[in-house]
Amino acid sequence: VSAAAPALVRMPVWRARFVMAGLVAGFFVLAARSLYLQAMQTQFLQEKGEARYSRVLEVPGTRGRILDRNGEALAISTPVQSVWAIPGDVRAGPAQLKKLAALLGLETRELRRKLEDASRDFIYLQRQIAPEAAERVARLGLEGVYQHREYRRYYPGGEVTAHAVGFTGVDEAGQEGVELAFEARLGGTPGSRRVIKDRRGRVVEDVESIRAAQDGRDLQLSLDGKIQSLAYAALKGAVAAHKAKAGALVVIDVRSGELLALANVPSFNPNNRARLAGAQLRNRAVTDVFEPGSTLKPFTVALALESGRVSPSSPVHIGTGGLRIANYTIQDPHAETVLSVAQVIQKSSNVGAARIALALRREDLWSLFNRAGFGAAPQIGFPGEASGRLRPAESWRPIEQATMAYGHGISVSLLQLARAYTVFARDGELVPATLLKSDVPARGSRVISVQTARQVRAMLELAVQPGGTAPRARIMGWRVAGKTGTAHKQENGGYAEDKYIASFVGFAPASAPRLVVAVMIDEPANGQYFGGVVAAPVFAEVARGALRALGVPYDAPLEPVPLPGAGEEAREST
Amino acid sequence: VAKLNLLLLLVLVVCALGLVTSQHKARKLFSELERAQARAHELDVEYGKLQLEASTWALHARIERVAKGTLGMRTPDARQVRVVGVAGAR
Repeated sequence: VSAAAPALVRMPVWRARFVMAGLVAGFFVLAARSLYLQAMQTQFLQEKGEARYSRVLEVPGTRGRILDRNGEALAISTPVQSVWAIPGDVRAGPAQLKKLAALLGLETRELRRKLEDASRDFIYLQRQIAPEAAERVARLGLEGVYQHREYRRYYPGGEVTAHAVGFTGVDEAGQEGVELAFEARLGGTPGSRRVIKDRRGRVVEDVESIRAAQDGRDLQLSLDGKIQSLAYAALKGAVAAHKAKAGALVVIDVRSGELLALANVPSFNPNNRARLAGAQLRNRAVTDVFEPGSTLKPFTVALALESGRVSPSSPVHIGTGGLRIANYTIQDPHAETVLSVAQVIQKSSNVGAARIALALRREDLWSLFNRAGFGAAPQIGFPGEASGRLRPAESWRPIEQATMAYGHGISVSLLQLARAYTVFARDGELVPATLLKSDVPARGSRVISVQTARQVRAMLELAVQPGGTAPRARIMGWRVAGKTGTAHKQENGGYAEDKYIASFVGFAPASAPRLVVAVMIDEPANGQYFGGVVAAPVFAEVARGALRALGVPYDAPLEPVPLPGAGEEAREST
Repeated sequence: VAKLNLLLLLVLVVCALGLVTSQHKARKLFSELERAQARAHELDVEYGKLQLEASTWALHARIERVAKGTLGMRTPDARQVRVVGVAGAR
């Protein structure tokens, strides 16, 4: 082997050029690629990158609270946890499943069945459980089991305020009552924001707010918790004592038109709506109409007084054997053959009211009823407010004009009736009713003159004295005034012989009315059915408590009010 | 020229470190803010719960039951109540 001498080899020039061109080409490829990534795909890549650290967080918008006029809570939302799972991902031993089922309040079998359905990606195991239980579920550390936060609505007032406040569904949207009526104001809208999270899941930077969360606003109702509670208890007691089907009660503040109480029986517990029947849910005071009966007589008499045809002391011929119109006879159980106009109200005479009405123009009667708010929804913003039925005057036949005078052939809701009585309580003005707290006295619309209103008021005060239909409505310390109603219930187009609606509408104190209280008891079935016996005592109980709660000064001597003795209570014609 | 470059390099390094610290501080403060906000929310929730509890305890029906049953109280007769007018009220 000879030592090879290094020889200077001359390389062909093309090889160097080839390498050079290769490098340049490589460089261009790189440059083009980077241009492509930087300029053309930049958005996509940035998104991908951000997805590694940026997260979109939901920001909950809480639903507003509902408060009573004194700021006591009637409905509050509070967070609860809902537990969900991805069935295919759940790895848990039988012991763990048993524990989980116990925490969720499920049967182990049921839980297993839920988890077996591997075709689904998402399944709720249990919605809305208490935060404590949720924490224990989290501590089990099961794979594939997750939680998310929801809000649940609680109603501390329970059945007492159930109908007025209403309730929300599981997704927190209003379904009934105020919750539905003021949904737009109460409801919050959840928002979302983009944040940067670090390796440990902590939020380190707020990037942007995608949608601002909007909390619902609080709503203060006109209801007074104390009066409401009192009203509900009194009504419930009366419905039970008289074995009635149902009852409703409305208390209106005469000055402001605010509803201080709105109670219905039967009621329900809005916190636990597992078994609810339609009858319990009905807000009778607002959505149900009935033939009011004698509680409408004061309006007929007011119109007669307005027309100047009669004065409170004018005689009205009652006669015996009733009043015959066409082939129909209006009955009257009263012994007197002649009553004064005031006594027609005091003793609630149907024939008397009919005679007074027949002397009036039907258009005028219709117009008065209309201005008193009958036949039109009271517009307090409640869902399903009944407007009642007031047929146009042209279609009234004489017999209808006569029966309308004592509240038959017309239907009203209890709320309408209570509001209409503000006409007498407010010296002739009808006040707009409201469910929301207002601090200013309401402006009413004039329906009858001050003088007429005062005259009718005096008659209504007579009705609760011995010799009237409702001596049981009296209370110690305050003068009251009011009118009973006892009407046969309408059924299948006719009147049911043995089913009645007993009612009483009154106000107190009579010298300067502050409250209107209307009571309606549906189908009292314990022997008694007269409004003066069934409904008037409820009025007395509620008015007494409410006047005391409001600190209204006395206007009557402080003497105990005796129960009416024999013959001191006038029988009402139905 | 070399000296100036060195100085600029130094300034650059100081600036870079400053940026890092300020970023770190901002993040720390932000997470503190986050925590405070979460706490505020928690307190809000608790306030709601306490309000709920308070109104459950203060149910009028319950108060009446306790007053009548446990404490043996009763509603005063109208004769035992005096209503006084406040000066200035109508």
